[in-house]
This record gives sequence, structure tokens and C-alpha cells, in this order.
Amino acid sequence: MRALLTGNEAIARGAWEAGVLFASAYPGTPSTEILENLARYGEVSAQWAPNEKVALETGIGASLAGARVLVAMKHVGVNVAADPLFTFSYTGVNGGLVLVSADDPGMHSSQNEQDNRHLGAFAKVPILEPADSQEAKDFVGLAFWLSETFDTPVILRITTRVAHGKSVVEMGERKEKGLAPFKVDPGKYVMVPANARQRHRAVEERMQKLREFSEEFSAKRIEWGRERRIGIITSGISYHYAREALGEEASYLKLALINPLPEKTITGFAGEVEELYVLEELDPVIETQVRALGLSVWGKELFSALGELSPELVVAGFRGNGGEDTAPPEGVIPRPPVLCAGCPHRGTFYVLNKLKVVVNGDIGCYALGVAPPLSAMHSIICMGASVSNAYGFQEAFRAAGEEGPEAVAVIGDSTFLHSGIPGLLNVVYNGGRTTTIILDNSTTAMTGHQDHPGTGATLKGDPAPRADLEKICRALGIKDVRTVDAYKLAELEAGIRAALQSEEPSVVIVRRPCVLLKGRGPKGFYEVKRDLCRNCRLCLRLGCPAIEVREEQVWINNTLCNGCSLCEQVCAFNAIVKGGEENE
Amino acid sequence: MNEGKGNILVVGVGGQGTILASKILAEVLLQAGYDVKMAEVHGMAQRGGSVVTQVRFDQRVFSPLIPKGEADYLLAFEKLESLRWLANLRPGGVVIVNDLELPPVSVLTGQAVYPQDIPVKLKDRAGTVKVVPAQKLARECGSIKSQNMVLLGVLAPFLGIGQGEWERAIAQIVPASTVEVNLAAFRAGWEQ
Repeated sequence: MRALLTGNEAIARGAWEAGVLFASAYPGTPSTEILENLARYGEVSAQWAPNEKVALETGIGASLAGARVLVAMKHVGVNVAADPLFTFSYTGVNGGLVLVSADDPGMHSSQNEQDNRHLGAFAKVPILEPADSQEAKDFVGLAFWLSETFDTPVILRITTRVAHGKSVVEMGERKEKGLAPFKVDPGKYVMVPANARQRHRAVEERMQKLREFSEEFSAKRIEWGRERRIGIITSGISYHYAREALGEEASYLKLALINPLPEKTITGFAGEVEELYVLEELDPVIETQVRALGLSVWGKELFSALGELSPELVVAGFRGNGGEDTAPPEGVIPRPPVLCAGCPHRGTFYVLNKLKVVVNGDIGCYALGVAPPLSAMHSIICMGASVSNAYGFQEAFRAAGEEGPEAVAVIGDSTFLHSGIPGLLNVVYNGGRTTTIILDNSTTAMTGHQDHPGTGATLKGDPAPRADLEKICRALGIKDVRTVDAYKLAELEAGIRAALQSEEPSVVIVRRPCVLLKGRGPKGFYEVKRDLCRNCRLCLRLGCPAIEVREEQVWINNTLCNGCSLCEQVCAFNAIVKGGEENE
Repeated sequence: MNEGKGNILVVGVGGQGTILASKILAEVLLQAGYDVKMAEVHGMAQRGGSVVTQVRFDQRVFSPLIPKGEADYLLAFEKLESLRWLANLRPGGVVIVNDLELPPVSVLTGQAVYPQDIPVKLKDRAGTVKVVPAQKLARECGSIKSQNMVLLGVLAPFLGIGQGEWERAIAQIVPASTVEVNLAAFRAGWEQ
């Protein structure tokens, strides 16, 4: 059966076909849909974990029990899971384990564009890189075979264009693998120094065997062009850009296993062509290794290490005028993303802007609080960083004996449960008085509304115990915990002001479901009473996409308005009223 | 059948339903026997930002991204977005644009002015420009949310695939409760 699948759908299908019994992930663009799709297969226990470290550790447990396991995360998620990964590389697997690292060149929805291919050399694990959905599915099966044959976790590295690109896939059926027998083997699985020293040796031997195997690995291929002047070593989506740009004019060594590299194959290919190029997005990972073989090669001098490649950047690179990103067209106003009309985060940033405090932000939709006119965000680093950033900021002023500006942390419910909790515990432990604002919209919104331990439901849609944010904060030692309604500006402002004045660490939970959650948002819409509006434009400071200026007057677009009523609350002249029959 | 290949850019603002329309488009092309590739964007851009889906069909497709200046069709769910992506259209290509202005925040707050010369600029590059009152047509069909199907309906006749194949795909892909509205919207577009 043939179907048009995204890379993420294909990976889920490949995992199911390979007999995977357990899968875990924390949502993160562009990886999220892998687990969402795997959850549809009854044979697979598929779960959201609170964070990527927990996802991988649970997966390691399931592998030790003998199951085939898939764990998925975005590139920066692998940083969180790096601790178990690096030592799991030493123990090796029982049931095969594949870790999907979904990288985001171009940062469509990420805080950095780190190149996780470096993990191959760093964690000493094999990496497979598919170029389209068919390969994504097929490489999952190959990855499990490699994992069990060479006793190693395997990284399947994809990028946004593979994850979210659709292409045709020939599908297969599931082959049950069951559980490999569990054997007690402390020398292999208990990483105390004496055992780990032995396992390090095993890891180096494994990588040498993989290096030899890579030469005969049939998933790579050479495609000879009409002539052999230009030879391109490439893998992943870059292969398709190269084919698009140069077609039969060049010859291609298309890799599948990108760590370790097939050195003899590369040297042989180089010997057959006049000019050798490496085409890869982001860092010169392959290029550096090709140079180390003593080969003369063109790479990052021609093709940018910044952002994504594209067919036209490949063409420009070969012409020698590439590497530059394409400029936006002239005269076209940018359209950056904005907090939705009715977003329950808006009121918090309106108040924080008004109070002029330093805001340490976190990862989620609320990052959009940085945009004008709300402009209430001063740092964003990584998942969970807000609380520790805010505390450290305050502590520096305290240590210097200076009165610093007020600082707060702003973090979402899912992010708080992911990795905000240790930061908050640290505030209490070290005697800080940081105010932490938890924006609880009852979902993981930015990645497309996934459940988490605080929502009361699992990935499979089963009911689950609901983590109680107030009780968690109190258990960590925060006495000053208050919960306010995100749609009541006065209550919200009073709550934040009181927390800021508190002499002890405080938490303000600002609660309302995400406005995009069906059936859980406010009803109706608001409109401007022309006779009462003084055109003061205070309502524009909310940065709501439903409020616009047309012909020098303020209007509310009633198809966009979600009825949150914040504009009614900020209007000093009662000129904004609930729309509907009575006002028509 | 239009040389048996093509590149289609579907552009709009996050939340307008560009991904669903592209999904139907790609599925119909697959059923027609083409190799098809599609690139879409998820995540932050979907929060009211500029979004684009690229659909390519041919006997064999390599890059899922359309090389700049080689799109045959630009299906724009919003006027400013048609302008943003215009340089990606091949000269003489087809533009289908929703007669809808969604002002970006800088326009909403009076710091920038929504360009008024969009139709002229489109005609400078495109061979065919169709301006479609999709919002009005969708409302008449029962749901303003079905603008995406109206616009898909305007594009569909250009691609040389029968109306029946399109309607079958729509009925399969959209939620069951919205099939009738979406089919009506698609037909309203087809007749434009």
C-alpha cells in the first residue's frame, strides 16, 4: 500500500512495523507528531514523559527488559536527555533502542539550530540520516537492526523538512519481536567505574566494527552522473536539493549512516571525480572528516553554515555567490507570529509591561510576549530556565549589595513540570524571594496541544491523575501561592503586585485554558461603541490581532475576537461592549 | 494535463487552514498517479504568522522546496501574503488570491500601512490573477471557516483532474460533520 506521509508519520509507521513495544517522548517541534501517530497503534505503549530525560530513561528500562523502543525529541531535547544517552552508549541495549533527534535548521520553531550530528562522535553512537519519508520509515527498521547487531543505541537524525515534508511511502506490515530475554549482567549494565572502564573499551571496539561495516552497508549509494567532473557527498534533505539543482550534471555519494563514515567508499568516490564537494546543512560535520582523510574538498566556503539550504542556495553556492540568505521582498510588511486573539497569556504581559519589571521567560507560546506592544520579556534560554534565571539575576544584585530591578520568572504549566520544579526548589533552598508566574493554560500549546501530567489525560487519551500545581509549589516550600484568573486584569495585577511585595518566594498561577482548546474558551465577541470611543488607543497596547485601526478609528474584528474581554477592561470610557443582538 | 508536472505554493496566515487544503491537494495528485512532495511549517509560525505550504508533482520529485521563481501557481489565502511570496512565482504564472486583508500587528497599531497596490504588483508578474471573494462565498455555504475549500475549488480546474476525484478526497479527509459545507464551498470555488 502506498500513502503520502510526513517523515514523522513514516517514522511512527516504521517503528510499528519493526515491532516496537514502547515509545516515549516530550513534545517538541518538529518531532511531536511521531508519538502522536505511534499512539494510534494498539500494540504500542506510547507515552508523553514530563521531559526528554525521563523519556529516554524509561526507554532504557524498557530496552533492558528486552523491548524494541523508540524515543523521540527535538534537537534541544537531546541536551536534556544527554546524561542517560552518554552512559547508555556504554551499556548498550537488550531490546533495540532508536532515539529520533529532530533538528531544526532555520529555527522555524526553536531557540537555537544546534547540529546534533556532532553527537555521533561525542556520544559514540551510530547515526542514520534519512532524506525523505520512505527512507524515514525504512531507516527505522535498519536502525533497530544496527542497534541489536552492534549493541548500541542508534540516533535517527531528521530535520524539519524531513519531519514535516510529505512524500510517497510504500508501507509494510508489523513483525512482532516480543521481548528479548532479560539477563542479569552487572558488568554490562551497572556503570560503576570498574565496569564502565571495560565498557568504554567495548564502545571503541563497537565503533571500529561499525566503521568497517559502513563500507558494505547497502543503504548508501553512488549515483553516477553523465560525467564525473563534479562529485558531491551528501545526506538527508541536502541530497534532494543537490539533485534538484544539478541533476545528471553531477555524481553523488548519498550517505545513510553518517556516523561512522565509510572512509574507503569516500576515498574511492573522491578518486573518480575531478572536484569533490560536501553538501550538508549547518556545521561541516562530514566535510571536516573528509578533510581529515587528506582529501581536497569544497564545502562551507560555498554553502552557508547558517540556516537551511535550498535548491537555489545550492545553485548559488556552485556559482560562487552563495551562502547568503535570501532577503525579504521589498515593501512587504513582516508578519511575525502573535499571541492569538483571546490568548490567556496576554493579560500577564500587559501587566508586566505596566509594572516595568525584568521578565525571565521560558519556552512556549508566551515567548511571543517579547513582541511589541507587550514587550515584556528580557531573557529566554531553554526549557525551565526562567525560574533559575530570575533568581540568579536577583542574587547577583544582592551579592553586590545593590538594589536591583524587580525580576520575575514566567513559565508555562507544561514547561514548569518539564524542568521548572528544580529551579523553584533552588529558590526556596537558597533563600531567594523570586516571584514565579506560572501561566497555566492546561495544555502544551505551542507544539499543538499535547497533554501532560497536569492535564488529567495521557497521550492515548486515557484519564490520568492530575498534577496539582498549587500543591507542588507548596510542597517545594513556597508558602505564598496564589491563583488568579487570566481574564480578570484587576485580579491579575493585584496578584502580581502582592507577590512582588512579598518578602518570601512567591508563585502566581495565572489560569485559563488555551483559547484554541475547543469548547473551553470564552463566548461571543466585543465591539466599539462609536459615540463613546475617544480614540485614546489604550486598547491597542494589548497587541490583540482582533483590534485594528481603520480610517483613524479603532475597530474590533468580530470574526477574530474570541470574547476574552481584556479590551473592555482596559477601556477607560466604557466604549468597548459585548457584541450581539442587544447592540445591533 | 498541464505538462504533467507543477509547483504550487499555498500561502496564508497561521490558522487559516492552508495545511488542510494542501493535504487534500497532495492526496488528489497522488491518486492521479504523480510522485508528490509537500513541505509545510508547524509550530510557532502557526500563531498568526506567515505560513507557506509547498506542493510539487511530477513523474519524480526531488526537493520538497520549490526553487525560487519556479512556482506555477500561487494560492494565497490573504492579500499581503500573495505579495510576500510573489517572487517565488514564475513569470506568467497563476495567482489565485483571497480578497481578504488580515493586517499584521504593525498595521493594527498604526505603525505601518497595509499596501494598496497589491493587484497591480501581482499583474506585473503573473499571467493570470484571480481575486476570489472566498470569505463571502464560504459564508454563503454555511461556514466562514470553509474559505480554504473555496480557494482550493478555484485552483482545482487548472490541474486537469476531474471534479469527482477532488470531491472524493475532500469527503475522505475533512471531519465527517463538515463534509457537506466543505463540498459546497469547493463547488462554489470551482464555478468561479
